[in-house]
Amino acid sequence: MSNKIIHWFKYASPQSFYPLAGKMIPWFWALAAVFTVIGLWISFFEAPTDVTQGEGYRIIFIHVPAAWMSMFLYCVMAAWAGIGLSLNTRLSSMMAQAIAPTGALMAFLSLWTGAFWGKPMWGAWWVWDARLTSALVLFFLYIGFLALQAAIDDPRRADKAGAILALVGVVNVPIIYWSVKWWNTLHQGASVSLMKAPTMATTMLWGMLIMSLAFWMYALALVLMRVRAIILEREALTDWVKNLPEVKGNAQ
Amino acid sequence: MNAFVAIVRRDLLLAVRRKSEVLTALFFFIIVVSLFPLGIGPEPALLRKIAPGILWVAALLATMLGLSRLFAPDHADGTLEQMALSPTPLGLLIAGKIAAHWITAGLPLVLLAPVLGIQFDLDTDALGILVLALLLGTPLLSLIGAIGAALTLGVRGGGVLLSLLVLPLYVPTLIFGAGAVEMHISGLSAAGHLSLLAALLAVAAFFAPWATTAALRIALE
Repeated sequence: MSNKIIHWFKYASPQSFYPLAGKMIPWFWALAAVFTVIGLWISFFEAPTDVTQGEGYRIIFIHVPAAWMSMFLYCVMAAWAGIGLSLNTRLSSMMAQAIAPTGALMAFLSLWTGAFWGKPMWGAWWVWDARLTSALVLFFLYIGFLALQAAIDDPRRADKAGAILALVGVVNVPIIYWSVKWWNTLHQGASVSLMKAPTMATTMLWGMLIMSLAFWMYALALVLMRVRAIILEREALTDWVKNLPEVKGNAQ
Repeated sequence: MNAFVAIVRRDLLLAVRRKSEVLTALFFFIIVVSLFPLGIGPEPALLRKIAPGILWVAALLATMLGLSRLFAPDHADGTLEQMALSPTPLGLLIAGKIAAHWITAGLPLVLLAPVLGIQFDLDTDALGILVLALLLGTPLLSLIGAIGAALTLGVRGGGVLLSLLVLPLYVPTLIFGAGAVEMHISGLSAAGHLSLLAALLAVAAFFAPWATTAALRIALE
């Protein structure tokens, strides 16, 4: 049995992770495609029309997964950044860097689809609801992380500075969320309670969960593709990169 | 503790020798606050309603002005490296610098705010709450801002980047700070908001110098 133990730390090295990621990417794309087809089928044809919101509510199947992923990816990004900072592993920081644009995209998507949803339901593109406001701040945090990484030329310094920012951000996210929530209840502007419809039809819930899985797989595939690009960029001067068939083919 | 006091005294002395920097931020605060009635109109009821928010937002922006100079001059002439090499823990020295930043950039705002609050027709009790909230909140701004200042030290376009990093993190301070005064104006107790502000200050006072030190060590590498 002892020779069957997988040496996980082996994959902490970019050299061995690069081909592994290459093998995993098609699987994640395939899973993303399958889940998207099933999820969209459920959301368009299976899920019943909502009593109060009509057909317009169906954007929930994009909106909620995007919002979940934007929060989840920020935590994952901060975790990788923290591992990179404490263990000084190159790949962890590259992962954090690769996750950030996808996370920012998800945050933007959740705001954008939220506006599309809000217009017919509440009659406004934007209300200063606690959820919306904290999603906006989360988007700003992503932009700050991306801007800081882009402004520092030395990749090692960029990684570490970004890691500290991500960790400070992840500590602040719950504080920001609660502060905005209290601020909102204090002001009580447009009384918005989107998820309050207490019993959500089971099919709707399934549609949302499967779409979330689709978003998750999509994010994984995209992050792995991006991390492969980052590996090539940063390790461009090493022999193993120069000997890769795809790199050799381009050089000639 | 001697080192802490020494750093605070040194930074205050430097600030006194270069008064214009401190005064610029102060007048910026006064001008920004005075612009709002000109843009919105002189109606007292409206001004009273928006006063806490305006004073707080102006305080955030005025604190931001001094932040980019928190570490930059010491970084430029090598003082920061000497601090990092000294036997005294760097975190303590950095805490001293943050304290000095608050005394030069935050405390004057606290003292000026009631005068500006009168322009907005706030009553005496509301002014008291405003001062108390700023007294708890402005050190928080200096502490959080120091992390951003350390991260952007010597970085291209550091000043603008600094505001992008720090302003989202100021959101809770703004909400609780301005909220305390608004609660009082609407006849409720401001104690909850002030307690939360104090709690945030306690947490930040512990963690922020530590995070700032880590960020500075990265910048000095």
